[in-house]
Amino acid sequence: MLQHHFADMEQQKDASSLGMWVFLITEIMFFGGMFAAYLVYRYNFYDAFVAGSTSLNVWIGGINTCVLIVSSLTMAMAVHSAQLGRQRALVIYLVLTLIFGFTFLGLKAVEYHAKYVEHHIPGQHFKFDKYEDMSGKEVESHVDQGQSQIFFSLYFALTGMHAMHMVVGAGLLTTLILMSLAGKFNASYYTPVENIGLYWHFVDIVWIFLFPLLYLINRVHHV
Amino acid sequence: MSEHIVSPKIYLAVFGTLISMTLVTWFASTVDLSTGGVNFNPVVALAIAGFKAVMVILFFMHVKYSTRLTKVVIACGFVWLFILLSLTMVDYLSRALLTSPSQ
Repeated sequence: MLQHHFADMEQQKDASSLGMWVFLITEIMFFGGMFAAYLVYRYNFYDAFVAGSTSLNVWIGGINTCVLIVSSLTMAMAVHSAQLGRQRALVIYLVLTLIFGFTFLGLKAVEYHAKYVEHHIPGQHFKFDKYEDMSGKEVESHVDQGQSQIFFSLYFALTGMHAMHMVVGAGLLTTLILMSLAGKFNASYYTPVENIGLYWHFVDIVWIFLFPLLYLINRVHHV
Repeated sequence: MSEHIVSPKIYLAVFGTLISMTLVTWFASTVDLSTGGVNFNPVVALAIAGFKAVMVILFFMHVKYSTRLTKVVIACGFVWLFILLSLTMVDYLSRALLTSPSQ
């Protein structure tokens, strides 16, 4: 298992996790660009952003945040099981993580469908004149349609790219499950589990920022 | 160094913190935190999100137990993110923006 250009297993493992982190930093910069666009437009079109944010389903958003945190815990436990060489526990935790990942994506699909029905998807048929607030009460909205389209464009770009990362993560998890069923991992070699774990936690962190920035801009005053 | 095995108790404690912080940020968004003309709601929301991210990075991602080289590289990544966001905002906040694209 030890490649000839490393001194020992520890150095090999440190090198691989450093490499994974360099990749994750490129991902941070990728999402960072979209967060920068979000900041600029939120500053300039604040009222439209508040109205758009309030029209999002905070219950689904909040539950999804918790679902992702649970999936991060099961992923951390999968790495822990791999470290101890517990093959069965590893498979069980990986499957649980995958299930929570799909739960997140399913709830996301419900949200996207609601936005589709309400004509809140940017484009030719976009119309943002009313929305339901947290208590289900219908609120009239008089914010600028173009500015609202920018909010929803950013909403779909950010959550869409995040969801795409979740889909990729689900594929990676499936590969890990198959590899661990084939007995590829043991207490001295589990680098793929560790690195895909890092990826999964990173995707969780992106959502930790997306939840307050998109769903909770201002739930006190209606615009 | 990389062989450090974190106890499941620590994972559970971090998990509990993350879930309760999610509830706190949810609740805080329904309370008016503006004083003296400044709205502190986004400040509180981002502080909580930042704290949660640090917890995930340090414990779930094992950075607390990783090598100094890895720590420095990660810190550099966040410095670059800060440069991206701050210089962008310095530029946009100091100039007038075009009005709505629909007008």
